[in-house]
Amino acid sequence: MEKFTVLNALVAPLDRANVDTDAIIPKQFLKSIKRTGYGPNLFDAWRFLDPGVPGADPASRRPNPDFVLNQARYRGAQILLARKNFGCGSSREHAPWALQEYGFRCVVAPSFGDIFYDNCFKNGLLPVVLAEPEVDGLFYDCALPGFRLIVDLAAQTVSTNDGAKSFRFAVDATRRYSLLNGLDEIGLTLRHADKIRAFEARRREQLPWLFR
Amino acid sequence: MARTLYDKLWDSHLVHVEADGTALLYIDRHLVHEVTSPQAFEGLKRAGRKPWRMSSVVATADHNTPTTGWERGIEGIEDPTSRIQVETLDANMREHPAKAYFPFLDARQGIVHVIGPENGATLPGMTVVCGDSHTSTHGAFACLAHGIGTSEVEHVLATQCLVTRKMKNMRVRVDGELGRGVTAKDVVLAIIGRIGTAGGSGHAVEFAGSVLRSLSMEGRMTICNMAIEAGARAGMVAVDETTIQYLKGRAFAPSGPEWDRAVAGWKVLVSDADAEFDREVKLDGRSIAPQVTWGTSPEMVVTVEESVPDPDREKDPIKREGMERALAYMGLKPRTPIEEIKLDKVFIGSCTNSRIEDLRLAASVVRGKKVAPGVRLALVVPGSGLVKAQAEKEGLDRVFRDSGFEWREPGCSMCLAMNADRLEPGERCAATSNRNFEGRQGAGGRTHLVSPAMAAAAAIAGHFVDVRGWR
Repeated sequence: MEKFTVLNALVAPLDRANVDTDAIIPKQFLKSIKRTGYGPNLFDAWRFLDPGVPGADPASRRPNPDFVLNQARYRGAQILLARKNFGCGSSREHAPWALQEYGFRCVVAPSFGDIFYDNCFKNGLLPVVLAEPEVDGLFYDCALPGFRLIVDLAAQTVSTNDGAKSFRFAVDATRRYSLLNGLDEIGLTLRHADKIRAFEARRREQLPWLFR
Repeated sequence: MARTLYDKLWDSHLVHVEADGTALLYIDRHLVHEVTSPQAFEGLKRAGRKPWRMSSVVATADHNTPTTGWERGIEGIEDPTSRIQVETLDANMREHPAKAYFPFLDARQGIVHVIGPENGATLPGMTVVCGDSHTSTHGAFACLAHGIGTSEVEHVLATQCLVTRKMKNMRVRVDGELGRGVTAKDVVLAIIGRIGTAGGSGHAVEFAGSVLRSLSMEGRMTICNMAIEAGARAGMVAVDETTIQYLKGRAFAPSGPEWDRAVAGWKVLVSDADAEFDREVKLDGRSIAPQVTWGTSPEMVVTVEESVPDPDREKDPIKREGMERALAYMGLKPRTPIEEIKLDKVFIGSCTNSRIEDLRLAASVVRGKKVAPGVRLALVVPGSGLVKAQAEKEGLDRVFRDSGFEWREPGCSMCLAMNADRLEPGERCAATSNRNFEGRQGAGGRTHLVSPAMAAAAAIAGHFVDVRGWR
């Protein structure tokens, strides 16, 4: 997994609540058996005026000029500022894959869908929860061209470039450590393989029908 | 100390806890389907790892599979990318044989959340995961069941554990009783309407109360299925006699002396009387009317007696904008009576409402009547091959066909439209599925979520009708 330490990046605002993972990456793009290739179809139905067909040449697409990510000022944004319950709905990990492949490394929102939130950490994409008034203020700040934020995972802070604003955010110690160091979670769990085997042996003895 | 059902399920599967509360939870049952598993098996292979315990895995192909043309075999999957996904699962199952695999065309194939319970592969007290958010369905059996992402699918395959944290406890009590024509679907839509689509976030929700006790396992599954639409990863219902009777004699359920031992263990899977919940919500079953969603989030729901709401009356500006956007997408005007909304298509199916009881209910509504001329397609997609066979044994397929419905092969179908069944842009559909998100049933498609009875009646009338007074 890619490490996440400090990110100083342009912010793109997506001003709608309850953005679901079907909107982040529509179903017709889930037919791949790979982990890559989803970025070109991030927010497909909102980003493009023509229907999204898998395998279409990206150069042939007609971008929707009204959609925020198509505005030149947000090109290269690596932080997505979002409203509450971002990533609700389907468990598809293709959603964080698409966001990351498009170029985002961090999503800031007042709340997230639970499964999406977990999926982000597995992919080096940092979901940051800030209070609703703080997020409101950042949406306001985003009106300034070139508005950037500095996200420091070690310090657990989100700050403006001029230092005028700095918010602390919460993150589990284990997740923070894994992300800071880009660790392989399966490898970490397998350090406890003996404990898992012992648990399993006890359970097998009590409930043998679960193990056939 | 008094414990909730969720506390008990959590405690009995805890392998290890870190200082910050991050835990390793042992997984009993891992359900696998073709869309969210290929990258997980590929990841294992690349890392040179082997699955920990394939006897925990029950797999099927459901999301991509067509609902027609089965006589053509694998060639019936016309989209080559869909076919590759289905064949990739076949290959992974050949390399790593599971406890059970019901491939495309198998008599027991079906929607993963239908086949688990009907085969007794979902048993009380289990932890159940699947790379699918509607895994919450299995909580109806007093399981801790929830959806996971593909990295977690790989993690569970490799370690038999999930890295997770304990959620908060929430209880939704629905007391009283339901009126005639009011179903489990209406109950769960009413719950979502009350607490909102993020109302259960961070919580494991136990559904309780006299209404839940009176529901069949099918009804309880419908309610737990949509816990995720209220933001709760996991929904659950305590064990009672209904649970036990449902499981008796199922293919993978224990039998003989083991059955008695198992049942004794299941009976404690209830919240202690004085257990405390972080949050409690109460609804009166008598006040629940048939529900119809009008927008693009399941929380945008009203009763069939009401009208499409007016955004001008909403004070919260973010909510108001959301409502305006939803109405524009749905092609609806504020204050339109729900019963005046006309339908182009009707879909009866999905992991929410495709079980035998749902089909019996819908068939009882349409028996002897014809689908309205304005309805271009009325589709019944049974949840599994076993549901389909049972329905055919009871003659329900004839009832639907005689009314002008199409009777299809099992699968996820038009719930998420990964196969050929979908809405065209602008088409309006009464659906018994679980999500009315933009584009969910096809780009530009407009979805109204309803119960099987309401969908059936709407197909006949051509617009929504209150099934309670309708004949």
